[in-house]
Amino acid sequence: MKRAFPIFGILTAVLLAYALYQALVVAPTEQTMGDVQRIFYYHVPSAWTAFIFFFINFGASVVYLVKRRPAADIIALVCAEVGVVFCTVVLITGPIWARPVWGIWWTWDMRLTSTLVLWLIYVSYLLLRRFSSGGETPVLAAALAVLGALCVPFVYFSIWFFRTQHPQPVMGGGGSIDPRMLHALLINWLAFSCFAFMVCWSRYRLETLQRDVDQAHALKSLRDPRGSR
Amino acid sequence: MSAPTGITRATLLKDLRLEWRSKDAINSMLFFSLLVVVVFSFSFDPSAEESRAIAGGLVWVAFLFAAVVALNQTWAREIRNQVLDAYRVSPAPANALCVAKTLGNFILVSILETLMTPLFIVFYRLRSIGPAWQLLVVVALGTWALVVNGTFFAAMSLRTRSREIMLPLLLFPISIPAILAMVQATTAILGGEGARFWIVLLGTYDLVFTTVCLLLFETVLNAE
Repeated sequence: MKRAFPIFGILTAVLLAYALYQALVVAPTEQTMGDVQRIFYYHVPSAWTAFIFFFINFGASVVYLVKRRPAADIIALVCAEVGVVFCTVVLITGPIWARPVWGIWWTWDMRLTSTLVLWLIYVSYLLLRRFSSGGETPVLAAALAVLGALCVPFVYFSIWFFRTQHPQPVMGGGGSIDPRMLHALLINWLAFSCFAFMVCWSRYRLETLQRDVDQAHALKSLRDPRGSR
Repeated sequence: MSAPTGITRATLLKDLRLEWRSKDAINSMLFFSLLVVVVFSFSFDPSAEESRAIAGGLVWVAFLFAAVVALNQTWAREIRNQVLDAYRVSPAPANALCVAKTLGNFILVSILETLMTPLFIVFYRLRSIGPAWQLLVVVALGTWALVVNGTFFAAMSLRTRSREIMLPLLLFPISIPAILAMVQATTAILGGEGARFWIVLLGTYDLVFTTVCLLLFETVLNAE
């Protein structure tokens, strides 16, 4: 198990390098947008990864509320953290692409707005975890995660009424895409998912260690209240 | 059946009596929303046509911020003298308490809205083109959406450091769809357009979040 982490890390690094090569060199240049379009290979995989991690956060929170396993709480925490980071990447790469193509940095379009609201919800989740100390944090955070996840369909439906400016989704949107572009996209998605998973894994180990240390400190001060440091 | 409703009624009446004697929440809410009305009126200086277009957002922003004042006081009262701890060890169902607090806040915010609406109409020269009775439905549903989530998150932020700041930070992101629906419905009705989609959305939101808040309230109240 100890050796699995570095091996997985090396594999991820190789995959990321290959994905970068695919996105910048192999994939053909888009006809109308030119090279700006290549940010698509980072924007879309980051979005998918963020959404998947938010979904795992919801699942882990439900498991925690039902079974009260500390592991489920840690998984929910790390998934929210990594999800927020990837969601931030989506929100930053989007305007960089939109400025030359649409001529504006930001528009209150359906997908943009709902991603922003999603980001706000999970930032408030992380804030709650930061501001509440003590044993009740996991329960409160899990309850908030459930409410936040339930909010997502409402966010989509409410913003659906605004006219959408975002390009139609590539998958199932009826558009056609060069197979090399699709290949680069999927490879990038795989690479970023592996990377995100790796960060989660290391964060999970860190959080477990942190909790063990805290517990040991608490036990020690219980056994020896006058404190021989 | 009678026990939970009895507890709900007792808690609700106690809260209303306390509020009637002190008038803490309602006074601060009224003054706060009055300030919002005046400040907004200065900063936008709208004509009658313009104010019809922005009134929906204006009214709800004023009510939203004023409601937070009341919501923050909901549970603060129960912390003094360990009333909440006494409630937690008693066999009374937690949901009865949640319903009582939500109803109490609903009544308070509704009183605020009733008192403030004439002022809005006068200051912003509002006149509805669409059917005004629909506004009543929107206001009732919108207020419920605010207070049901607000009461729940106030109980949650009670357990954190700097609890007064925490409530809006938790409440606003989750309430965004509801706020959008209230504002759009109000603006649509004032402008004489149909608002059925928004009213249905708001009703569904109320239903889902009331159910989930009631399901999770006991867990949050007893979180150790």
